[in-house]
Amino acid sequence: MPFEKVVTRRFDNLEAHKIDTYVATGGYASLRKALDTTPEAVHNEVKAASVLGRGGAGFPAGVKWGFCPPGVWPRYLVVNGDESEPGTYKDRQLLERDPHQVIEGCLLACYAVGLTQCFLYIRGEMAHAQERVAAALNEAYEAGYVGKNILGTDFSVDIVLHWGAGAYIVGEETALIESLEGNRGMPRLKPPFFPAAVGLYGQPTIVNNVETLANLPWIVEHGAEAYTAMGAENSKGTRVFAVSGHVNNPGVFEVEFGTTTFRDIIEGSDYAGGVRDGKKLKAFIPGGASAPWFFEEHLDLPLEKTAVDQAGSMLGSGAIVVMDQDTDMVKACHNLVRFFARESCGKCTPCREGTTWLERILSRIIAGHGRPSDLSLLTEVCENISPGIAWPPKQTTICPLGPSAVSPIASSIERFRNEFEDYITLSDRRVIPVGAA
Amino acid sequence: MTDTTDEIETDESAEIEEPAPPPGVPITVNGEVFYAAPGRNLIDACEDAGVYVPRFCYHPRMTPVGMCRMCLIEVDTGRGPALTPSCMLTVSDGMVVETETEAVKKAQDGVLELLLINHPLDCPVCDKGGECPLQDQTMSYGPGESRFVEEKRHFEKPIPISDTVYLDRERCILCDRCTRFAAEVAGDPLIHFMGRGNQTEVNTFPDDPFSSYFSGNTVQICPVGALTAKPYRFKARPWDLSEVASTYPNAMGDRITIQSSRNEVLRYLGVDSDAVNWGWLTDRDRFSFEATMSEQRLTAPLMRGDGLGNVDDGGDELVATTWAVALQRLVTALEDADNNAGPESVAVLGGAQLTNEGQYAWARFAKGVIGTDSIDAQMGDGLPADIVASMPRTTISQACAKGGTIVLLSGDPKEELGSLYLRLRHAVVHDGATLIELTPNETGLTKHAAHSVRVRPGEVASVAAALVTGTGGDELAAASAAITGADSVSVICGRTSLADNASLTVDAINTFASLDTVRFLPALRRSNVHGAIDLGLTPGMLPGRTSLDAARAAFTAAWGSVPAKAGRDTAGILADAAAGKIAVLFLLGADPLADFPDPELAKAALDGAGLVISIDPFVNESAAYGADIVMPAAAFGEVDGSHTNLEGRITPLRQKVTPPGTARPDWMIAAELAMRLGKDMGFASVADITNEIAAVSPMHANADAAAIDAASDGVLVSGGPAWTDQGAPTPAPAYDRYSFRLVVDRTMYDGGTQTTMCPSIAELSKPGAVRISSTEASKLGVRDGAIVRISSQRASVEGPVVIDDRVASGIAAVAHNHVGLDIRSLIDMNELVTDVRIETV
Amino acid sequence: MPRLSESNLRIAHEIISRYPRAKSALIPLLHLSQEQDGYVADDAMKHLAELLDLTPAEVLGTCSFYEMFKREPVGDYRINICHGIACHLLGADDLIHHAEESLGVRQGTVTGDGISIEGVECIAACTEAPCLQVNYRYMNKVDNAGFDALVDGIRDGSVSVPKHGTLALTRQSISEDKAAGNSMVESNDPPAWWPEPAAAEGGN
Ligand SMILES: Cc1cc2nc3c(=O)[nH]c(=O)nc-3n(C[C@H](O)[C@H](O)[C@H](O)COP(=O)(O)O)c2cc1C
Ligand code: SF4
Ligand code: FES
Repeated sequence: MPFEKVVTRRFDNLEAHKIDTYVATGGYASLRKALDTTPEAVHNEVKAASVLGRGGAGFPAGVKWGFCPPGVWPRYLVVNGDESEPGTYKDRQLLERDPHQVIEGCLLACYAVGLTQCFLYIRGEMAHAQERVAAALNEAYEAGYVGKNILGTDFSVDIVLHWGAGAYIVGEETALIESLEGNRGMPRLKPPFFPAAVGLYGQPTIVNNVETLANLPWIVEHGAEAYTAMGAENSKGTRVFAVSGHVNNPGVFEVEFGTTTFRDIIEGSDYAGGVRDGKKLKAFIPGGASAPWFFEEHLDLPLEKTAVDQAGSMLGSGAIVVMDQDTDMVKACHNLVRFFARESCGKCTPCREGTTWLERILSRIIAGHGRPSDLSLLTEVCENISPGIAWPPKQTTICPLGPSAVSPIASSIERFRNEFEDYITLSDRRVIPVGAA
Repeated sequence: MTDTTDEIETDESAEIEEPAPPPGVPITVNGEVFYAAPGRNLIDACEDAGVYVPRFCYHPRMTPVGMCRMCLIEVDTGRGPALTPSCMLTVSDGMVVETETEAVKKAQDGVLELLLINHPLDCPVCDKGGECPLQDQTMSYGPGESRFVEEKRHFEKPIPISDTVYLDRERCILCDRCTRFAAEVAGDPLIHFMGRGNQTEVNTFPDDPFSSYFSGNTVQICPVGALTAKPYRFKARPWDLSEVASTYPNAMGDRITIQSSRNEVLRYLGVDSDAVNWGWLTDRDRFSFEATMSEQRLTAPLMRGDGLGNVDDGGDELVATTWAVALQRLVTALEDADNNAGPESVAVLGGAQLTNEGQYAWARFAKGVIGTDSIDAQMGDGLPADIVASMPRTTISQACAKGGTIVLLSGDPKEELGSLYLRLRHAVVHDGATLIELTPNETGLTKHAAHSVRVRPGEVASVAAALVTGTGGDELAAASAAITGADSVSVICGRTSLADNASLTVDAINTFASLDTVRFLPALRRSNVHGAIDLGLTPGMLPGRTSLDAARAAFTAAWGSVPAKAGRDTAGILADAAAGKIAVLFLLGADPLADFPDPELAKAALDGAGLVISIDPFVNESAAYGADIVMPAAAFGEVDGSHTNLEGRITPLRQKVTPPGTARPDWMIAAELAMRLGKDMGFASVADITNEIAAVSPMHANADAAAIDAASDGVLVSGGPAWTDQGAPTPAPAYDRYSFRLVVDRTMYDGGTQTTMCPSIAELSKPGAVRISSTEASKLGVRDGAIVRISSQRASVEGPVVIDDRVASGIAAVAHNHVGLDIRSLIDMNELVTDVRIETV
Repeated sequence: MPRLSESNLRIAHEIISRYPRAKSALIPLLHLSQEQDGYVADDAMKHLAELLDLTPAEVLGTCSFYEMFKREPVGDYRINICHGIACHLLGADDLIHHAEESLGVRQGTVTGDGISIEGVECIAACTEAPCLQVNYRYMNKVDNAGFDALVDGIRDGSVSVPKHGTLALTRQSISEDKAAGNSMVESNDPPAWWPEPAAAEGGN
């Protein structure tokens, strides 16, 4: 199978963040190429490539672009670089190591969809990424790639670097828009606030993830056909995964969709190199903290949207977190739930009250004050947030954050119920015997 | 138990506005098909269909936010039933809605349980206990017992977030109603969500309180007991209260309920009247029951007497007496006056705060029984009654219609007519209306005005002419186009400054009246002043917006007689009294010393009048100074009757408690006097008067007692003479740039009884000062707070400066009736405008 | 100096000018005041409210939502130790414990010489766990000894990190002649490069 790195292709070049290096390695050629064709042609190319959104939901970018209501101007582009999902570490690398590729991606999207102003929203805590992008934008403006009459054409667009201030929920696209408007990052309800129709300042707005956009220069350069030649039926091209946790060689790997399996990426010597210290795998999170957990039996699933969806989880944000046989699953579960409880925006009741309650029950259990009724209580509170505790989750909440806290509880209680029971019965137990799973 | 939730009231008003519901599209609610207007909010549509969906955050007058998740129901839009908040959906054709399935019940139970984990369960001591949706819904939908064993969220006990409102953050369920109200309705976003997630709270910025004229509304719409009003806290237990629907006697005629317990008024709540106030009230009105309940209310008639309390005409004190003695003294004086100088020697000032019935009784008493036409409810601060009576009117809702065009030619509605301000603000901010403001200084609406034109006093007519004819040059061109290009224009007209002559405003009105598209909403602010004008409490007119001459025959038939010639207005009456030509002067709730633009004249009038009778709930300044007899009048809440608002809407006004001591309704005093004079008017009840009005005044024909009672949004009356062109405007007086042109305006909290008698808001009235812009201040070299001398041709006074950049350059603004700076001696009522010099002292 | 200084005010105006609506500049401006003072003072928020035509309550409403804004002085060096899932699995709790012991402060409090520590949610360096940030600069794969060395380095000046509040050392600048200009909501014009409606309305 032909497989060529797409978005990480310049990662070996430590100078790639500079415009000269970028241009010397083929950068901004796609922009020139695009400007010679029509917006429609660029849009069609991206649609044909069926590049899936890399922010978590996996929605095809080209299709989303088509949702802007015709005749309503201006339209905006908001780039989601808020990367905060535990385990996720790829957008920051793209921004730090190859910022011009992201900028070029933004320009291509703007040209294709008629977006006249772009806001590149970078997570607040990423000072270095902000510096790299600021420098790259300054270079790009200077060189005439961004701003007024780009490369002498009548294509004009400003890319404004914007950054957050610490709030995971702002990664959710409508909260991102609220935040960009200077407000508290609380999600808006869809409907009516589908950003493509009613987004920033009430105008049609495309929200795309950094990695999604980073794919565009390659696609325009090589064509949709070359892109779709890679990957699987429903997941074209390549995808960047961060493998972390109890592995020998944690890292960020670009792999071809569909042909690579979880086993390859977790155990392969070119990749994460297997579970540390020769231990056994106990569980792994396939796609960020919100994803239901996978186990041994899922290792041979291909890294591909449909297969993973069918197995009851998601590739989400491309974060694979590996837990070895010694992992305390109650604590791991608590860790993830605590994250969602702390990061709940507080707008809707089930999430604001429910996630906090779940966290408090779990910390009580860990502190040795668990009650036998706690396991059913945990499940019932989960039910109040996500009726039926199914996958894909139903929700009583506004956005998927609340139900995200349900995944680790459902996964761990179902598989490791005995660990919870042990905590509850042996009140001051601190160590889990090897092989408890 | 009382039900004070706004939802119930919407229902009521909806019935009125839409007598025949639009055919709409079919939706299925719990298996039954209903028709609903497409686009109507689903939660409301369900309620129309008789299916109540529980809710906390949804409020029909604010943008839905879908936060509390209590209103989750199942909706099938083709892809199977899904849990959705009904407040965030609008009706669409063929929608299938289930509100009572297991899934719905489970979701709602879950939300309730989660809301209750951090909410105190001490309903018996909570101010909201007994009228709390959270309590009610817990009873009807909720789980039994809490499974939450952890510690609840803690906050410092109730904190004052303003002078009148307390917030208990432990009770708060974060529904965003108060904060949305502050931002979206009042435009005072001084309370806000703070913090995040489970630590979210509502609060103010440190040391920057929620000082909004409308803060009390948040207490009313809080679905739990988190917000409480200082004037009610712990006073009223909802289950002890009984209530009656009424109308607050302000010029808007805000619909309210009066709640009382054991003959004590404890609370006013706004009623969501679609046509009028949408449920909102100003704090000044909401908390004014404190004045009614004041210790200082007059409980018995007073007459001049000696220090031992003996009645004695020559005495300096006001001493208590009986009605019999007081009335007898008055009847004798009236008979003497008639015999000596004729009926014209009797005059009546005031009456704007009476009910329609009180006003009619007094109009008939003065004009039909005594035979004097010198009766004026306006105190020189309004507009000529014949102008108001004949201007083509619009209604509040027409003026505030979506996409309409509004011209503001009045004092600041935010200061003077709070609920009108909220309606106008909504129209402009949320409904796309275009506002053109023609005011000397910025107003509460300036921020939202499409065109905000600063008009120097004296120049309003020429600016109006330029706008209407499109000759205003670049500066006015856009505003002019907006006015002349509109299908209909609503002009909100009133006095922008008490220092200008009313004729200037009349000239501007006359100019606008030349456009067929223009309709007017008179922004006179005194309580029932529109009733007074419509019912003839004004010289030269008779009930029904008709002139003395035009209706002479009809009223001679109805009343026996009417005055031979037109009487004098307030200024004329005071001048006559000062000249010794008035034998008996009635002050019908009037306080000319405090209120009339020329206090020297008012004082001379009280000195020069024969017998002065004040009929008032309190001993006001004028009564204390110069009344010979003071008769205690029943106040609002203590009388029945009806009220006329600025659009001509007549709504019922109801008695809830009995007046203190022997205080009586004004109409009864008129009726009693007539009887004692041997000319019984035949009034045995309020309804008698209401029905007589309907019988004698053609424009009131559809407003008899039964009709007013039956219509909860009232009866809109209209009529009056056709508008007549008032002729060429008076040219604008020359302006010399070394002077300041004086603007005397009004504020929400002034030195009037309504503020000063309410302990909770009296403190909010600011001391008087002259306001100038920072540019002018630096030209003069004065700092904020400096004492300056302000001089006109007539007099000079000293007072502090307040720097206020909402004041235009070249203008000095002073608020009327504020303690510490009385500017009125500077004004010559015969001049068109008043120019002053400001010097440092 | 809790109001913005002259030079920061210039930067503030430049930032505001990049957005179609001024309020969008609020978060960047809160960062700017935190950069100036090390924290966001009440007076700074009042100043921002004036600049953006907001009430101070609205400014605080936004400010208090975001983790990074500190409303009281917090010391010059904030060490944020990640306790997200990847770091948790690789010993973050032990590292935090060690940090507390060795510095003699609890999470959220400041040492006499201006160092504070806090356990924070995932900072997107999961493959480098356990990791931390000093004033938002990354330190990867930190063990106890590494932590001690870091603190020593901060104290003796060999680890150079800008003081708390300063984020990116490079700012974006858009010169007027290169700017495309804001896309104002009020203008309903299609982009200049957009083909005539018949050709490609809606973009596809
Ligand atoms: C709670 C929550 C957090 C999210 N965080 C991120 C994020 O950090 N980065 C991101 O790109 N998308 C995030 N998303 C997904 C976005 O809402 C959105 O789907 C995405 O930015 C769209 O871009 P894409 O179509 O290119 O993937 C998050 C979603 C949710 C519900
Ligand atoms: S689910 Fe949680 S994060 Fe999402 S809107 Fe509700 S409270 Fe906010
Ligand atoms: S009433 Fe609908 S979510 Fe609160």
